[in-house]
Amino acid sequence: MGRTRNFYLQFGFTLLVCSFLIVPVIMSVMAGITENFFKGIASGVTLKWVWQVWDLYADTIFLSMLIAIACLACTIVLGVPAAYVLSKRQGAVARAIEELLTLPLAVPGLAIALALIVTYGGFRDFRASWLFILIGHVLYTLPFMMRSVLAVLSSADFRTLEEGAASLGAGFWRRFFDIVIPNCRSGILAGSLMVVTLSMGEFNITWMLHTPENKTLPVGLADSYASMRLEVGSAYTVVFLVMIIPLLIALQKWGQPRKTRPVVEEPELPSGGRQGGKTDG
Amino acid sequence: MKDRELPSLVVLVLPVVVVALAFFLLPLVRLTMIAGSGEDGLGAYLAVVTTPRYFESLLATTLLSAGVTFATLAISAVSGLFLERNRFPGRNLLISLLTFPLAFPGVVVGFMVIMLAGRQGLIGDITKFLTGDKLVFAYSMAGLFVGYVYFSIPRVILTIMAAAEKLDPALEEAARSLGASPWRVTRDVILPALKPAFIASGAIAFATAMGAFGTAFTLATNIDVLPMTIYTEFTLRANIAMAAALSIVLGIITWLVLTVSRSLAGSTVAAAG
Repeated sequence: MGRTRNFYLQFGFTLLVCSFLIVPVIMSVMAGITENFFKGIASGVTLKWVWQVWDLYADTIFLSMLIAIACLACTIVLGVPAAYVLSKRQGAVARAIEELLTLPLAVPGLAIALALIVTYGGFRDFRASWLFILIGHVLYTLPFMMRSVLAVLSSADFRTLEEGAASLGAGFWRRFFDIVIPNCRSGILAGSLMVVTLSMGEFNITWMLHTPENKTLPVGLADSYASMRLEVGSAYTVVFLVMIIPLLIALQKWGQPRKTRPVVEEPELPSGGRQGGKTDG
Repeated sequence: MKDRELPSLVVLVLPVVVVALAFFLLPLVRLTMIAGSGEDGLGAYLAVVTTPRYFESLLATTLLSAGVTFATLAISAVSGLFLERNRFPGRNLLISLLTFPLAFPGVVVGFMVIMLAGRQGLIGDITKFLTGDKLVFAYSMAGLFVGYVYFSIPRVILTIMAAAEKLDPALEEAARSLGASPWRVTRDVILPALKPAFIASGAIAFATAMGAFGTAFTLATNIDVLPMTIYTEFTLRANIAMAAALSIVLGIITWLVLTVSRSLAGSTVAAAG
């Protein structure tokens, strides 16, 4: 099949979109290792901005890692059992719980943070600790863990597996830990990658909840963009990219646990009918 | 057997329910109450529409988000369909690059806009070379628009590509064999079939743009979008009741948009912030 003019037009457009997304990334990488960005790369290549970032902001990197790992632990402990329960029950109570747990996705982070501050801001020690930030992150990432695990739970035939185990005499908890959890691994992995990536980059909630002693990486980034020279901000961005790229690659590789989806009546019938109507008109 | 399981299931789900009630629902209720406890009482909610400053901010944010949504949908539809329907060398690389910024937080996206359209940005350099005048628009509504489109493209493209993959080729062939031109096939067969994906991803793009804070924060503190207004009320003016009322209104808007779109699109593709 020969390429038509149409093909090249769309190809060109897509290349343009791609460069819109990627050129600024390349520019900031270059700015981060250039002696003086205003004069250009000819002024010399240096790592001094990266070292400066390390001196100024290393603690933000460690805090972000700590929070991401703690957040991951919380979402696994809280989210995996919840996903299992929701996969087994579809009653009104289960629906209400699911609604409640996914609601943080629909509410802007700023509102969640404000709500937390007006409710728990009075507990000084709690307010000042990183645990306060952790709570915001857990609320925000929990739905992603649950969705990944639910996708696996609804695709594999867990009922047969469980019934088999039950007929062999395995009790509820034995089945949960020995059958359900191990078979959810791909969902837990995908969810974990998502949770860590989102927690590392979370800003909307964190900015309101952070204190000068507890700055995460994105908070530090905002700080450096506002108060440091462009090269330092760029170098800091490069550090963030270096940390996030392995996660992204892993996400592309293992991030899709959904083989089949629970949706039943999606295919031809409804859309086919509607199209018939539209083409006529 | 089912009912014997019930106590165990309750034990499994109880912790997460307690956490969500204590740290999410209760705080939201408290925020709603605080919004009505300021000098004007429940008038704080009314002030969102009667005070020009707040109403203009609400209007500007809504218009900006709508514009971002349509621009992103248009761009992503062209590129997403192209990538899904053609096979050529380098295709996978293109897809990887287009979805690369997926994990960028709003602050980083703001910095990317500064790289493109800021004082030392690429567009400034190019326009200076071409016309002698430096075009700088990063620190304004236009910069925010560019930033939100940047932020939304990867997400929307992925949704559209996933939906396009599931299209039934027979429909298209039928249309073509009946003599429809490629343009008519696109307009009358492909785009209508992708409608659920457009609604779902468009709603997410809209809601995300309404509530986004990081990009605006990086670009300038004086762009009057709702999240910035809330932030200013809370920190600079210490008007907590008003900040709470504005947050609640914002939350209700984004929640409504997502809920309505979910029932329209019939699927649970969901957001990221």
